[in-house]
Amino acid sequence: MTAYFEKVNAWNKDLWKGLSLPLASLDLELTERCNNNCVHCYINLPPGDVDAQKRELSTSELKDILNEAASLGCLRVRFTGGEPLLREDFEELYVFARKLGLKVVIFTNATCITRGLAELFFKIPPLELIEVTMFGARKSSYERITRSPGSFEAARRGMNLLLEKGVPFIIKGVLLKDNMTDAEELTSWTSTIPWMDGPPVFSRASYLRCRRDSKVKNDLIKRKRLSPAETVASLMSAQNGYENALREFCTKFMGPQGEKLFSCGAGIGGGCVDAYGNFQLCMMLRHPETVYDLRAGSLKEALEVFFPKIRETKASNPGYLKRCARCFLMGMCEQCPARSWIEYGTLDSPVEYLCEIAHAQARHLGLLEEGELGWEVKDWEQRLESLSGTAPGGEQTRTGQGTCALA
Amino acid sequence: MDKEVRLDCVYVPSRDIVARDIEGELIIVPLVSGIGDLEDELFTLNETGRAIWDRLDGKKKLSEIVSELCEEFEGDEKEIESDVLGLTNELLKRKIVVKTSTE
Repeated sequence: MTAYFEKVNAWNKDLWKGLSLPLASLDLELTERCNNNCVHCYINLPPGDVDAQKRELSTSELKDILNEAASLGCLRVRFTGGEPLLREDFEELYVFARKLGLKVVIFTNATCITRGLAELFFKIPPLELIEVTMFGARKSSYERITRSPGSFEAARRGMNLLLEKGVPFIIKGVLLKDNMTDAEELTSWTSTIPWMDGPPVFSRASYLRCRRDSKVKNDLIKRKRLSPAETVASLMSAQNGYENALREFCTKFMGPQGEKLFSCGAGIGGGCVDAYGNFQLCMMLRHPETVYDLRAGSLKEALEVFFPKIRETKASNPGYLKRCARCFLMGMCEQCPARSWIEYGTLDSPVEYLCEIAHAQARHLGLLEEGELGWEVKDWEQRLESLSGTAPGGEQTRTGQGTCALA
Repeated sequence: MDKEVRLDCVYVPSRDIVARDIEGELIIVPLVSGIGDLEDELFTLNETGRAIWDRLDGKKKLSEIVSELCEEFEGDEKEIESDVLGLTNELLKRKIVVKTSTE
């Protein structure tokens, strides 16, 4: 019989005859408010922050954005926050998005999942895995991070409701000094979730407040985040195949990137709308000069005119030009305009924390000797070349299309 | 329930799916659970399928669609009829179209 039908992977560019969709995927931060108060959170505001709530996009403004996104070919939206389920109109927005033919990723702490919501996700499936953040397999470690009494039981209850209805979800985690020792236990617990096909993805680099709004909170994050040595040790030991994948990645994507600041895909075929209608190239980059006000414009204009202009920005900071622009660790290093903005309030300041992590990883891989600096190495191409044949174990691993943890 | 596809019947896309035209490609997105055999995948149609799909408007009988396609593509009637019945059968099986009326 003729195969009239084809099951498609919508991310296959061949489907679009080689063209990139103007907007393939969109992140929507429905609110910055959250019912947890996680020590490391880069964005959360108190759940009852009336001022923040008043400034948030209205239901109708969000529907307009979803409508335009669909008209631009968008296939997937991510509802995130803050805690997106705090919005009273969450169900309405979710159903609206699904009726536009959008797949919906929901990024949640699962504490607000009710029987009714689980039923809704069963009847009208998001078509994407729900992403649940967990910080520990037991109450003590979890609530040490969330600082919200009862949050552990609430999260477990929410996940149990999803399990009962067979609504697929996965776990994502964050590793901090406070819960480092719990990673193994959490990994073991998550293996009981049917949709996990490996250990949870742990974020290890905690970012400072992306609105640069609290020195107290930033100081706390700095104290809680893993040291560069702990980060590398954790990466190399916890993730199967990580080291081989990193070696392969290095040989393909590392090298000095000059004065051009944007070498990632931020703002190309996607972006993030904050809770107040500012369209950002990525989830973290909130430098006022790089965001586009959707209340006075359109996704299309931002994607076609505004973002390309921002992406042409070149570094002018002498420190960046001397170091990052000439450093062959760029690619492996997570230095980018967003991280620079978060740490220092500019787009082109070398982020010392990330620089140290990149150098520690490079030393681990044998790319650098103790005391060497990535931007001073002349024979970096030979060093990368020699790396390609040194993968321990000889196991072939898949390399991702980028290392950006903000995506 | 009558699952047999008939030429004298009229079929229409189900309200349980969303059909999107993206960059010229028809993408069928399930809205509710139980569409097709996959809940997290999207579907598209080949060229023949698309030509038939565009005519499943809830007004034309399949026999009328066959006549239209014969006229437009000057193809063999039996072959076109088999394609129309074949596709509609698959769509019905996956609950992507529903029958609206019979004569």
